[in-house]
Amino acid sequence: MIPLFQPALRHGLLGLTRLLVGARASWEGSAPADVPRIYFANHTSHLDTLAVMAALPAKLRVRTHPVAALDYWGGSALRRAVAVGCLNALLVDRTGKATAEVMDAMAAVLESGQSLILFPEGTRGDGTVAPFKSGLYHLSQRVPAAELVPVFIENLHRVMPKGMPLLVPLICTMRFGAPLQGIEGEDKAAFLGRARDALVSLSRPTSQPNSQPASQPSDQRTAR
Amino acid sequence: MSSVINSVMTVFTTTDPLFLWLSGAALGLLVVATLIGAVLAYRVKTPAGRDTVRNLNARIRSWWVMVALFAAAMLLGSGVTLVLFALLSYMALREFITLTPTRRGDHAGLFLSFFVVVPLQYWLVGIGWYGLFSIFIPVYVFMALPSLSVLGADTTDFLTRTAKAQWGLMLAVYCTSHAPALLWLDIPGYSLPPALLLLYLMTVAQLSDVFQYVFGKLWGKTRLSPGISPSKTVEGLVGGGLTAVAIGTGLHVITPFTPLQAAGMSLIIVIAGFFGGFVLSAMKRDLGVKDWGTMIEGHGGVLDRLDSVVFSAPLFFHLTRYWFT
Repeated sequence: MIPLFQPALRHGLLGLTRLLVGARASWEGSAPADVPRIYFANHTSHLDTLAVMAALPAKLRVRTHPVAALDYWGGSALRRAVAVGCLNALLVDRTGKATAEVMDAMAAVLESGQSLILFPEGTRGDGTVAPFKSGLYHLSQRVPAAELVPVFIENLHRVMPKGMPLLVPLICTMRFGAPLQGIEGEDKAAFLGRARDALVSLSRPTSQPNSQPASQPSDQRTAR
Repeated sequence: MSSVINSVMTVFTTTDPLFLWLSGAALGLLVVATLIGAVLAYRVKTPAGRDTVRNLNARIRSWWVMVALFAAAMLLGSGVTLVLFALLSYMALREFITLTPTRRGDHAGLFLSFFVVVPLQYWLVGIGWYGLFSIFIPVYVFMALPSLSVLGADTTDFLTRTAKAQWGLMLAVYCTSHAPALLWLDIPGYSLPPALLLLYLMTVAQLSDVFQYVFGKLWGKTRLSPGISPSKTVEGLVGGGLTAVAIGTGLHVITPFTPLQAAGMSLIIVIAGFFGGFVLSAMKRDLGVKDWGTMIEGHGGVLDRLDSVVFSAPLFFHLTRYWFT
């Protein structure tokens, strides 16, 4: 029964996400490509995964797997149907008991030529980006061929701030940055700091609009 | 499926011939614009010229979609047209609030603005309750929103936040809703479908924008106000505005107006539309952006396309209601 509903549910969820938050993709430094990638994004709200999936071109979306918590998304048949069936999620045990298995599962996805979406902060922020957990480093060591693409999710923390049950529709842009280049012999802390900086550098000062330059270089093409 | 086709055919065959004639004119205009765009794309050589032509062709492509959507909504009836405008208001408000700094204390009020005020305003328009839809936002919502925000006990920028949320609702929802409200006007002696009155407003306001752009690009020399809207020129305003007034005068056949009244009405639409675009441009400069959004390729956001309608709709509605009903 559930498999029949999944395509409809998927289109419904993605359509609703676009109606609420726009979920526009802005490719700044990388282009959509069907190569194994680790999209790593800032964690701003419950809508993050849906927003990034909605921003990806349909062709890439079917080959991209958001990494989600097994304890929550595997908790019931419905949640599992939404996460796995609709959004191709890879459910992982985040209790720390099965680290090796989690790493194997993520590496297997990348080695099959598909992509992952990770939220390396581990927890939801309030618009600022928290220090990264080490999973991203270990995964990049394990599969060095995978491209590390930073995705800055703009504005979504204003849509559903932590602790607010209500949702305010605002236009959210996913800024896809340039892939992180590998540096030989770089240690874990330096790598994680550099990855976080790459993500932060994609942000715009939206909280003080008057300090924002009147025209961004990326807007030049549509100059009126 | 066949019943759908039948009902569409019924719509077409029972529709006023004037409406079909006007759709034909719009189609002709789009075809001509598309051909000119194709010729220009072939002939342009400079990089700057190429950018302009690319943007022009993006605008024309978007016009096809906008005209098709609007025509479909009007054919499907006043209910569908009302829903279309409600959606446009929702998206325009979303663009406005996205660019406006908000704080936690505003959250509940903003939620209500999107999901209660927008539907309620259009519902009031749809049941024809003029007495309430004309004061609902400026009186009741005006007091309700700051009352909700004040519960958040956050006084930082309180006046600014309150004023901006209210302005957003006035422009995106209140003013815009006066355009479909034309569909509920009961004009004695006017036997044509009232949808034509809305078509009249949209045509004059939008063609004024289009011809101001065309005249400005072809003959524009004197910049009107480079600090606010670099593309607006005196030549564009006068040439485009007069062309729109001429078209508006010719279109008196679809209105209850005499040719002279139609000329006056379209002049008011053109002037109000110009100031709508001008005021919203100044707000964009203040917010530090060039466009309200990216929804409509080549044009920017929904508010970039609606700015002239936002100011002209309430004026046109009230003038028509006062003198012709």
